[in-house]
Amino acid sequence: MYTTELKDKSQKQAATPLSAEDPERLAAFEARVAADDFIEPKDWMPDAYRKTLVRQISQHAHSEIVGMLPEGNWITRAPSLRRKAVLLAKVQDEGGHGLYLYAAAETLGTSRDEMVEALHSGRAKYSTIFNYPTLTWADIGAIGWLVDGAAIMNQVPLQRTSYGPYARAMVRICKEESFHQRQGYEIMTTLAKGSAEQKRMAQDALDRWWWPSLMMFGPPDDNSPNSAQSMRWRIKRESNDEIRQRFVDATVPQAEAIGLSIPDADLKWNEARDAYDFGAIDWEEFYAVVRGEGPVAKERMAARVSAREDGRWVREAALAHAEKRAVRLAAE
Amino acid sequence: MASLFDHAIRLGDDALILGQRLSEWAGHAPMLEIDLALSNIGLDLIGQATHFLKLAGEEEGKGRDADALAFRRDVLDFRNCLLVEQPNGDFAQTIARQFLFSNWQELLMTEIAAAPAPALSAIGAKAVKEVAYHARYASEWVVRLGDGTEESRARMVAGLDSMWRFVDELFDPADGAASLRPAWDARIADTLHAASLDVPKPRRAVTGGRRGHHSEHLGHLLTEMQFLQRAYPGVTW
Repeated sequence: MYTTELKDKSQKQAATPLSAEDPERLAAFEARVAADDFIEPKDWMPDAYRKTLVRQISQHAHSEIVGMLPEGNWITRAPSLRRKAVLLAKVQDEGGHGLYLYAAAETLGTSRDEMVEALHSGRAKYSTIFNYPTLTWADIGAIGWLVDGAAIMNQVPLQRTSYGPYARAMVRICKEESFHQRQGYEIMTTLAKGSAEQKRMAQDALDRWWWPSLMMFGPPDDNSPNSAQSMRWRIKRESNDEIRQRFVDATVPQAEAIGLSIPDADLKWNEARDAYDFGAIDWEEFYAVVRGEGPVAKERMAARVSAREDGRWVREAALAHAEKRAVRLAAE
Repeated sequence: MASLFDHAIRLGDDALILGQRLSEWAGHAPMLEIDLALSNIGLDLIGQATHFLKLAGEEEGKGRDADALAFRRDVLDFRNCLLVEQPNGDFAQTIARQFLFSNWQELLMTEIAAAPAPALSAIGAKAVKEVAYHARYASEWVVRLGDGTEESRARMVAGLDSMWRFVDELFDPADGAASLRPAWDARIADTLHAASLDVPKPRRAVTGGRRGHHSEHLGHLLTEMQFLQRAYPGVTW
């Protein structure tokens, strides 16, 4: 799963301005990035590049972890043994993605604990999409199909992002996401071909998840101030609106193929653009969800905070045991 | 002597119910690494359940597949042991349950893998590798929690104490598993010794799972697990 980089004023500690960086090193860095070289942890990098990456990679990691909750909500109620195993494996994959991404961000000098602390205190953001509830089994299909589908569109270009550890994490993650997307579409297909009640579930899930999925690509290009610098540094490789359009063009025929309708009266094929025109996105809703006002935002954070608080004694025990053991081994 | 059907149903139900319990942790475990490990164990168990229940259905010959057995039986027809249906509680309770069960299951699967019934032994042979990891994982945590802090030790003792009454059922002579007891006792004692914990005192056993007489917890677990199949019968998912 994916979060586009969200503006996050409260978290922002002013990075060293580029004008204060050593001009020779900066020029050499920019030349490497422009030549599509990977930047590695020990390489020199401008402070603003480092801070932008920590913010983006940690938001991405947080999204994976928070993203376990809406789907985790249905593991115990999955309707067959196969569906249960696939969903449990998928949620586990997301935990694994979170782990590689935290590790990639840690190479930039910020610990996992600090990042998690920033999430729990509300300073760090995660993808807006996970603040919507999963009401029926069809939501599990819709998330796989739309949310993981959107994630793939976003993440494929990131396999060539300029920071090596992030790019390599994305290669692994992308392989798993395409399996997630297929299983989601398969659930939707089964429901859309099923009973009237199942079809209703499928259409209702599409109705609820469509617009929030389009918002996942982030604000429109003319209102995405961080984008230009990120594109220049090849942290980001395509604009929000370009990827959003590609997602719409790929997804509309998939909905038609299984007899579901996209909840957008303005959606129509534009011959001249060779692309779909689509209706206006409710950006007011998007910014409200970014601010933490999404329908289940409080529940999502409460679940993460209580997992961490309830588990504190376990982490303390593991640490205490490791220390005692080291002392015992040293004494032998 | 238990029939192949009885045998497969018991093994399948044990794995299914414990897999279901472990899947409740997904997204809520004390550390990300624990979340991944519990999901792994849960996935192995759901896989084993699928194989054993499929075999049970074929053996029964009434057209019930693994899903029909998992999602359309009620409490009285479930044959899992009481241990696996106990709620997760805190992490120490989950680990206590896993430690007692996986050590038993590893011995049992080793025996089944070598048994003459080829259908059962093929599943057992695959399961034994998985289960050996489950037993090792749970045993390592028993040691960490027992040796860790005062709090973790107290919780581990309480976890073992709450699960210990369900141990005797695993070795019911009617199931032919009584012979596993000495080896199991030795393994449990070894790990508890390494954790500087005492082996819990013997107590009156609570049994009944193998006859369909369960704890109150199973009904709630099934209500949740079987909801979609019950609410929308006869459709494909």
